[in-house]
Amino acid sequence: MNNWFIRFLSSSIGKKLIMSLTGLFLITFLLVHLGGNLQLLNDDEGKVFNLYAKMMTTNPLIKFTSYGLYFFILLHAVQGLLIWAKNRAATGTKYAVRKKSPNTSWASSNMALLGVLILVFLGIHMGDFWFAMKYQVWPNADLGNEMVKYTLDDETVAKVKNLYAKVNWSFSQEWIVIVYIISMIGLAFHLWHGFASAFQTLGLNHKKYTPFIESVGKIFSIVIPALFALIPILYYLGIRWPFEFHFI
Amino acid sequence: MAEKSINIKLKVWRQGGKYGDGKFETYDLKDIGTDMSFLEMFDVLNEQLVSKKESPVAFEHDCREGICGTCSMVIDGQAHGPMKGTTTCQLHMRSFKDGATITVEPFRAKAFPVIRDLVVDRSSFDAIIQAGGYISVNTGQAQDANAIPIEKDTSEKAFDAATCIGCGACVAACPNSAAMLFTSAKVAHLSIMPQGKVEAQKRVEAMVNQMDKEGFGMCSNVKACEAECPKEISVENIAIMNREYMKAVLGADPERK
Repeated sequence: MNNWFIRFLSSSIGKKLIMSLTGLFLITFLLVHLGGNLQLLNDDEGKVFNLYAKMMTTNPLIKFTSYGLYFFILLHAVQGLLIWAKNRAATGTKYAVRKKSPNTSWASSNMALLGVLILVFLGIHMGDFWFAMKYQVWPNADLGNEMVKYTLDDETVAKVKNLYAKVNWSFSQEWIVIVYIISMIGLAFHLWHGFASAFQTLGLNHKKYTPFIESVGKIFSIVIPALFALIPILYYLGIRWPFEFHFI
Repeated sequence: MAEKSINIKLKVWRQGGKYGDGKFETYDLKDIGTDMSFLEMFDVLNEQLVSKKESPVAFEHDCREGICGTCSMVIDGQAHGPMKGTTTCQLHMRSFKDGATITVEPFRAKAFPVIRDLVVDRSSFDAIIQAGGYISVNTGQAQDANAIPIEKDTSEKAFDAATCIGCGACVAACPNSAAMLFTSAKVAHLSIMPQGKVEAQKRVEAMVNQMDKEGFGMCSNVKACEAECPKEISVENIAIMNREYMKAVLGADPERK
């Protein structure tokens, strides 16, 4: 192919740039997703969360963005695996002795493995909530009425799917909670390297602000997955917080 | 200070040629002076091997003062051995303990095939330099040194990158066998200087393309290269190269040859 743009994207730097940009997009997505999720901890039988879920599945702009999201997740995963395979092919005979470099974190040399773990988690996660929500497959008759009615501030009545009930049921299952916790630990390690690495690949390396990016990346990689993991843990323990949180 | 001496066990990779299978051979060396360099220790071993009518261990060396980039070897899992910012020739036996077993392997990468024992073919680096690691000037009378004023900070930054001796330790240290530290040091060195700016866009594109063609891996920002580089080249140069590459490909005139 002789198109300059295709040549650019298929060069080693272009391929890494794709990883960097899709990675940064997915990082911003994590923040939005976490904001929505934290509404699950309201002690309101899921009213705020269910109305938010309704908005997220019907707003055309969000719908449009979500297709971009699916595409970028797949692009990040496929490109990452291709890079991994190419890099494996570039290495020769394995060293008999290898000293661990002081510069190198465990996460940085296991990004592909962590990525696969996250991808498997995404499969389980999408099956459990996205699929169940879209096709109304509730696993248990005990969940009751899958539609709930809420009276809004302007006296109108909204009839929405009860995703909260599905979450409540899933997070009462021990194995699902464990899967979520392990996956969030995997995500934390992936971000531990990925956050700052994305900036370096973009060419943003400067003595003035690189230490700042690295610190933000490390805080982000711990705090965000920890908050994600907190939700199934608190659900399992039956704890809600005492105030009402509205994401938007 | 009186010279001390140590006894060591050397595990060395022996390989006949590009396509042969290699294996480790173990040699016991007695009374090795600690003031010897690592290569002098190999000279001692080879003299012993030759006197026993065995084939000596092939290894590369030239200047033996740490500036030519010819010596290679991965010593105990580190390119150029355990001492930071040092080439194998400048590594001395005082860095090793008496009775130590030292494992010596060639630089490993698909783009660095073994020629014999510890000697690898690094002509892939030459190909990257030939693709654009130079500036085009007319030869003739030497230019006046002050004809183009260059700020000291700028020239020092370029010089830091230019200290790369092209030894390939970055590739040897990289889990992906990527040559990005080497290529970026050359790209950064030339693109920072006004003389190099003229061909900066053409250069970075050509060098990166050649690097890909030679079968090196891709950088995953593990930064192992920086730690093992005998000249302590910074990975900041990789960021500079990435910027230069994006500028060149995204910003350049599509008609440019």
